[in-house]
Amino acid sequence: MSGKEYYISNFCTIRNGCVFKNGKLIYKDITSESLKDFSKNIYKFMELNYSKFHKMDELCKLGFLASEVVLQNEENVDEDTALVFSNRASSLDTDRKHQHTIEDREQFFPSPAIFVYTLPNIIMGEISIRNNMKSENAFFVTETFQPHFISNYSEILMNTGKASSVICGWVDLDSNKYDVFLALLSTKGIRRLTKEELSKLYNQ
Amino acid sequence: MRKVYLADDTIISPLGFSTEENLQNLRNNSTGIKEVLDDSIWPSVFYGALLDNDSLSDAWGSFSNDSDYTKLEKMMLLSVSKLLKQNPSLNIHKSGIIISTTKGNIDKLREKNNNKAYLGSIAVTIQDYFKLEKTPTILSNACISGGLALAIGKRMIQSALFDDIIVIGGDLLSEFTLSGFFSFQAVSPKPCKPFCKNRTGISLGEAAAAAWLSSDIKNSKRSVIEITGDATANDANHISGPSRTGEGLYKSINKALKEAALSSNHIDFITAHGTATPFNDEMEAIAFNRSGLKNTPINSLKGYYGHTLGASALIESIIARHCLLNNELFASLGFEELGVSQPINVITTNSNQTIHRVLKTASGFGGCNVALIIEKTG
Repeated sequence: MSGKEYYISNFCTIRNGCVFKNGKLIYKDITSESLKDFSKNIYKFMELNYSKFHKMDELCKLGFLASEVVLQNEENVDEDTALVFSNRASSLDTDRKHQHTIEDREQFFPSPAIFVYTLPNIIMGEISIRNNMKSENAFFVTETFQPHFISNYSEILMNTGKASSVICGWVDLDSNKYDVFLALLSTKGIRRLTKEELSKLYNQ
Repeated sequence: MRKVYLADDTIISPLGFSTEENLQNLRNNSTGIKEVLDDSIWPSVFYGALLDNDSLSDAWGSFSNDSDYTKLEKMMLLSVSKLLKQNPSLNIHKSGIIISTTKGNIDKLREKNNNKAYLGSIAVTIQDYFKLEKTPTILSNACISGGLALAIGKRMIQSALFDDIIVIGGDLLSEFTLSGFFSFQAVSPKPCKPFCKNRTGISLGEAAAAAWLSSDIKNSKRSVIEITGDATANDANHISGPSRTGEGLYKSINKALKEAALSSNHIDFITAHGTATPFNDEMEAIAFNRSGLKNTPINSLKGYYGHTLGASALIESIIARHCLLNNELFASLGFEELGVSQPINVITTNSNQTIHRVLKTASGFGGCNVALIIEKTG
């Protein structure tokens, strides 16, 4: 196994009404009453123009926005940029919405537009479409963010040539409680990729 | 680079509670898909491959007196318990464990206290039952999960993170998923017919399975079966519709072949995804043609198992291992007449012939695709 050096090129955290890029606060909104409004306000702040965003479920919107922050100002996004995501609640936020549509046999209205989002890896599909990434995807479900496992697996993908770079991290949403951390890993940057560094950046 | 061997496996499905029982049913071309009338899943009759609760309880009873587990937990615990019983040398405490599931105990979401509906609850159940130090990792990557879990296990062994990996896969046939696929108008009113002109959609199924990946060739039984190539690729096209060009699947097949240092004419047999929806099967036919695989014998096992979601690609890879061990091919059940625009060579009758290399593929929502090369190397 080649022991190339990798770096955490960019990272984004969305937590408690704040959006951070590489540790610096870039957007704050503690007045929005709903997560939907919060995401929409970040979208506006970033001056995005991407109609598919409005069809996404709330989990996808959060992951999508963080990926936009991480890839902002990146000149070339390689087609072989892998996506290695994780969370605790899988797609439970939308699972509950689908469950609501089938709760009562007398009022039974399941919808494909909701059902398709009852899989957590759909986030990675959305980000792949946006950036034309025809790459490796994996979605893991763990109790808490596992920087050791995620950095190990991401390094394996880059060491074996299965990916040129990796966007990895944690995109969790459960009953309006959200926690988002995505990092772009590549051969460029100033922060050396180690599990300690990834853990530190997630926790800061 | 370390080599990775498929050492042993078990399947718990409507076709039996061991891999051997499953194989017997495939040899007889018996299907697990039946007419189901079960009001807890659907108010009217539908076709699906449901695992009988009483048979499961009986099989579970031979391992444990504790009935306080969900159906899926029993299926998964049973598959691992059997795998361990078959292989006294396999130490689960030293092995990495990857659990592949799309929806876990999703049938519990209806209940008030529904902590079991969290996917992570399954990992904790397996940890507690086998008294493991660490919580197993769950992979939830739509319908490619079972194949991707094998690929990830292989990569972890190659990187020397573990010497042995146990991949566990399982999903239920639930009202939750059935209603969703009905809303997509993707459920067939008759047992599914992959790649057939008369196909009208999927049949759902439920099953669990466990496979032992090992770095040690000595754990091989009879012949040596190795995973020599693997790749996934996203279509970057649509979150629910298959790519019209089969781009992601084509790309995964080529990458997997490249890693195995093979070309498409080395492949003796393809065990495809073949869900029997009009668009999926068409996409696969296009990707196989682009990959130079139009003459390679191909089947889909969905006509036997239905679509078992997170278990499907794992079960199909396990069956592929046994096809290599036994030099046999199984007919693609439900197939009558080719119903895709590109030529493919669908297997219509069981046969015995020497095979060395199998291509396993799967595709899923979110535009994901996986390809595995499984080879008999000794």
